[in-house]
Formats: sequence, structure tokens, C-alpha cells
Amino acid sequence: MIGVVPASIDDLQRRLRSERYIADRGLATSVFLALKLQRPILLEGEAGVGKTEVAKVLASVLGTNLIRLQCYEGLDISHAVYEWNYPRQLLEIRLMEATGALGNDRGPAANHLFGDEFLIKRPLLQALESDGGPPPVLLIDELDRADEEFEGFLLELLSDFQVTIPETGTIRATQPPVVVLTSNRTRELHDALKRRCLYYWIEYPDYTKELEIITTRVPTAGVELAEQVAAFVQELRRAELYKAAGVSETLDWVTALVALDKRELDAETINQTLGIVLKNQEDIQSVRGERVQEMLNRAKHAGT
Amino acid sequence: MSALLPNLLHFSRLLGAAGIDVQAVRTLDVARAIQHIDIGNRREFYHALRCLLVHRPQDYPVFDEAFRVFWRPPPGDWTTTDLHAMGEQRRTGDPQFESPAGADPDRAEPSVAPPHEIDQVAPLSYSDREAVRQRDFSELNESELSQAQRMMADFRWDVRMRRTRRWQAGRGPTLDLRRVVQRAASHRGELVDLPRRTRKQRRRPLVLLCDVSGSMERYARMLLHFLYCMSGRLDQVEVFVFATGLTRVTRHLGRRRRQSAVAQVVPRLPRQVPDFAGGTRIGGALRTFNLQWGRRVLGHGAVALVISDGWDRGEPELLGAEMARLQRTTYRLIWLNPLLGSRDYVPQTRGMRAALPFIDDFLPVHNLDSLEVLGRHLSSLPTRKGLARR
Repeated sequence: MIGVVPASIDDLQRRLRSERYIADRGLATSVFLALKLQRPILLEGEAGVGKTEVAKVLASVLGTNLIRLQCYEGLDISHAVYEWNYPRQLLEIRLMEATGALGNDRGPAANHLFGDEFLIKRPLLQALESDGGPPPVLLIDELDRADEEFEGFLLELLSDFQVTIPETGTIRATQPPVVVLTSNRTRELHDALKRRCLYYWIEYPDYTKELEIITTRVPTAGVELAEQVAAFVQELRRAELYKAAGVSETLDWVTALVALDKRELDAETINQTLGIVLKNQEDIQSVRGERVQEMLNRAKHAGT
Repeated sequence: MSALLPNLLHFSRLLGAAGIDVQAVRTLDVARAIQHIDIGNRREFYHALRCLLVHRPQDYPVFDEAFRVFWRPPPGDWTTTDLHAMGEQRRTGDPQFESPAGADPDRAEPSVAPPHEIDQVAPLSYSDREAVRQRDFSELNESELSQAQRMMADFRWDVRMRRTRRWQAGRGPTLDLRRVVQRAASHRGELVDLPRRTRKQRRRPLVLLCDVSGSMERYARMLLHFLYCMSGRLDQVEVFVFATGLTRVTRHLGRRRRQSAVAQVVPRLPRQVPDFAGGTRIGGALRTFNLQWGRRVLGHGAVALVISDGWDRGEPELLGAEMARLQRTTYRLIWLNPLLGSRDYVPQTRGMRAALPFIDDFLPVHNLDSLEVLGRHLSSLPTRKGLARR
């Protein structure tokens, strides 16, 4: 049945899989406990290991909404929590003036101006106000991109699941949302924030897991192609590159190869499509040509 | 179950002793968590404990070892790893270096002489001070060195501010609509004044990369001092030293320590750097930096300072390519060369020539005056990248 908290770790792992997400036992355990203890979970790992995907899949496993907050430098309360609809407020002031509704007493006018209809709710506020259904999944993505000021604010929100709007008062979550935070670790997050969360570091998948991911996500790919791509990507990750290939790149690549009707990897095709896996000119330059052939040989050898 | 709780407490204490930051409250969480899992399943138990008690990937190995020792102690199966030592290492931040290929582990202590204890330094006259300021670091005698170090401590370095994306009230280009409405509401709808807002300013992060190879030895003591002063003064400074490999020493230098600590920290530094006074492979060191640290310390418009004489035994092509990358990923790349202080110096070494096209500012760093010039330069960097490259 959809919409029920998983009964066991096995159950969660199975349901993640049926949503085509292959989760390690460790990840499944951490997510399961985050649900049970109603605590946020912080997922860290290199770019492209599927951190964001966890939240998306979790939302569909739980049969609930996903509310996403993408972080960036300078992200502040007016973009993360709420903002007043200023143009409408100013218009309303003029209207009230015209109709004489302003009166001599300030209180009622201010109350009206800072009422619900002028409030624009941003992701964090939306996540607190669920409508009686199952609590939403709140994804706070790439938190390392936001600045420390925002982290400090988040600390407060995550401990009490409440927000104070100076003009109106405190809004408290009736049921706390399922919070998933992700970070690429371009900077260290504050320890105080980490202490409030369960923590899991997602590694790049090994050959077996990546093969499983490929066959699950791109079922049209031939067995041979899938095996070779998985082995080749392992080789790529072993090479010293500025930006290693993530799982999403692997999947894009397989999809592209399938579109090209490839049943097997060959050096020429790799050279032509390398830009799908590696996104850095220096990396492409250093790999293209001879090294591709070497890696391909090793990959084919490992695959058999 | 009854024996489990005390054991959990013991275990989290063990983790604490090994340097992992564990809160007492967390043990309660664990106690709650294990009701939801199958304790008999070792893997589940392990992951439940780990996701609650550890929040840094670098702590995983320590945790694994502690878990292995604590939760299954069959006779004779004691750890071969010294947990306490591992914890110590973690806590003090082990030097994170690439061990230089072929480095001799039995190499004698680096030959930077420990500074002699000087009981008292007679205050110098004005002309003496001027002389110390202008003399090359390599020519200073022992008492002049300590004098120079004191004078260096009095310098003020500041890095030019950068505009962040965060707003604050102030005289800026845009209206602060929130306050506009608030004021209008309290003035019965009258727009009496129009509050404005402006971007918040913040100091740029600074990354120092200092060459401590053999050829730089004459300058090493003063430069280490310089690094120490810099890292103590500014909030966001990352310090790396390199010869054949790269070592991050930010943590060894510490932050905002009292002046008295200089005497302890600086002489100890060479011992924490495995390749101190060794050969030079600038290109390789920069590559390590670009690969492992670039993305983590070069955010927010960082300014990078490379301090080196450009004597490089590695391939110039590698150095050129890595310098190009470094320049692209920083707001400004400054190269400080102590040799630039002598009038007849021409940057002719292969390494220096390979690096030059990618340097924004090429400045001397041979005496106190040149450091002061650097200080002025840092505080007056152009507001936009790529302007006025020297």
C-alpha cells in the first residue's frame, strides 16, 4: 500500500528498488531510521552519486509531495521561507485610502495588510503547512552552496520545525516533514547542523552496483554494452581527473549509446561520445585517444 | 537489552576518546533507533550506530575500527591499530600530504636552525629600523631577524572586500520593499520615505601556497612567519606548503593565537612537512592542490598567493597547465618571488617562464618593505576580475 511508512529496512529497500533506485543496505538503514526517529538526514558525496534522487524516490515511495529548495549563495528568508507581496500591499494601501478604510486607527489596517492573502509561501513554509495528508518530503539541495547565515537559520528551523514571521506570529508544523539535506562538500557544514541530522556518505557505486543501476534504469541496453560501460566507468574513476563521472553521467551515456544502436563499446565511439561522461575539457583531452584504448582493453578484460 | 544500554554508553565514550565528536544526547537517539532494527543483524546494527554517531566521512575508519573492537571481542582478536593514536591524529588534523615519491624517510631533520633564545632585543633606532626593513631576508642576522619578525607582527594586512549576494539595509540602488510597506502601513498609507537596501560586503578568502624546497631555505624562516601572521589576522585563510608534495598546514598554524605562540608554532612546522627543504616539483604540487583542494577552498572569489623562486625540477608544461587552471578558478593569482627583489633578476628559469603568462601580479617578497607593498596591493585589488593585470 502506498503512503505508509515502510515496515522494515527490507521493505524500504524493496520499495526503493521498485521505484528503480538501487540503495545500499547502509543507506536504506539510515533513511529508515530518519523516518522512524523523525530526524533530518544529511547525505553527502561527490556530485552525481544520486543524493538528490533519494529524496525524489522517497517522496514517491511514501506517496507524498516533494518540496525542493535549491540552495545558492545569498539564499535568504525571502526566497526560502516567505515574502510579502509588496506590489499588492501597496495597491491595497491606495485602495483603502480611496475607500476611506484606513481610518485613524493603525492596528486594523496593518493587520489586514499583513494577512494571509498577501503572504507568498516559499518552500520551507510550504513544507511546514501540510494539508492533513502524509507529511511532504522536503529536499534542501546542495546546502554547501548557501552561506553560513542561511545554515544558521536552518538550524533553528530543523530543531523545532517552526518559523516566526514578525508581522503575524509563529507557524508550527502539525507534522514534521521528512527532511533530506544534500551537500557536495565543497565546504564543511557546521557541526551544530550535522548533529541534528543522521548522516550518510554515499560512495560511487562499485562495478556490480553500477551494472545493476544501468540495467534497472536503461533496460533497453544490451547486457554486453551495460557490462562494458560499467567496467569502463570504473576505469575512468580510477584515473586522476578533475571531475569524475557520476552515476547520472553513466546513465546518460548508456542512453546515448543505445540511441546510437551500439551493442558494444569501441574506442572510436567512446572518443566521439566522451563529452557525455566527462564534463571538463582538460579531462577529455587527457583521456581521449590512447588512454581510451588502454582503459577499454582493461574494462573488457575485467568484464569477462 | 539491559546490558545493551550501558554498553552503548561505553561505546560512545570510546568514540569520544578516539576523537569523534559524539554528543551525549545521541546515545539516547541510538537507544531509540535500535528498537526499530534487528539487533541480531550485525550490519543493520552497524549502520544504525554509524549514521547516528558519525557525521564526517573521515571519521568512518576510526568508527569501523572501534566498532570491530568493541562489539565483537573474541579472545585474541585485539586491534592492531592504536585507536588512541588514530583519534589523536584525527583531532589534531593530520598533515594531509601526498608523500613525495622517493622521499627518504630517514632524512635528517630539516636544516632550518631553531631560533636561538634571545633574552632581550635592544630597541632599534629609526635608521636601524629602516635598514632592517630594506635588507633582504637572507642577509638578516639573528637579532635583526627577531626584530623583523616583531615588525611584521605589527603590519596590517587586509584583503579587498567582495560584494556578496546577501542584502542588508543601507544606501543602495534598490528599494527595500519590505520596509517601504511597513512604514507606509504605519503612516496611514503615506509613502513618507523610501528605504533602500544594498549588498553585504565580505572579505575575500585567501589561499597561500608557499614553496619550502631547498632553494627557498634562506627565506623559509621569514616566510613561515609571514604565513603565520597572515593566517592569524584574517578569517578565511588556507595555507599550504610544497616542495615535492603538497601539505596543508592551515590547522598547524592555528587561528587567532596570541603572539607568544609564534615561537612554538613556527619552528615546529618544518617537522610536520615531510619534504621540507627537499626538491621542487611545483607543477605536481599545484596539480594536487587543484585536484584535491581547489573546489573546497577556492570558492567565493578567493585570492591565491604562490610564494616561490620558480626553481622547478618538474615538467614546465605541467606547471603551465596547472597555473592556467589555478588562474581560472581564482579571482586573482599573485606570485611572490624573493629573487625579484634584486635589480638584475630576470625570470629565466623554465618553471618561472612557464608560469608567467598566468600570473596576475608578479611581486617581490624579499624584505619587509615588499611585504608592506603586498599588503597595500591586497587591500586595493580591482573590484572586477581580470582588470589591470600587471
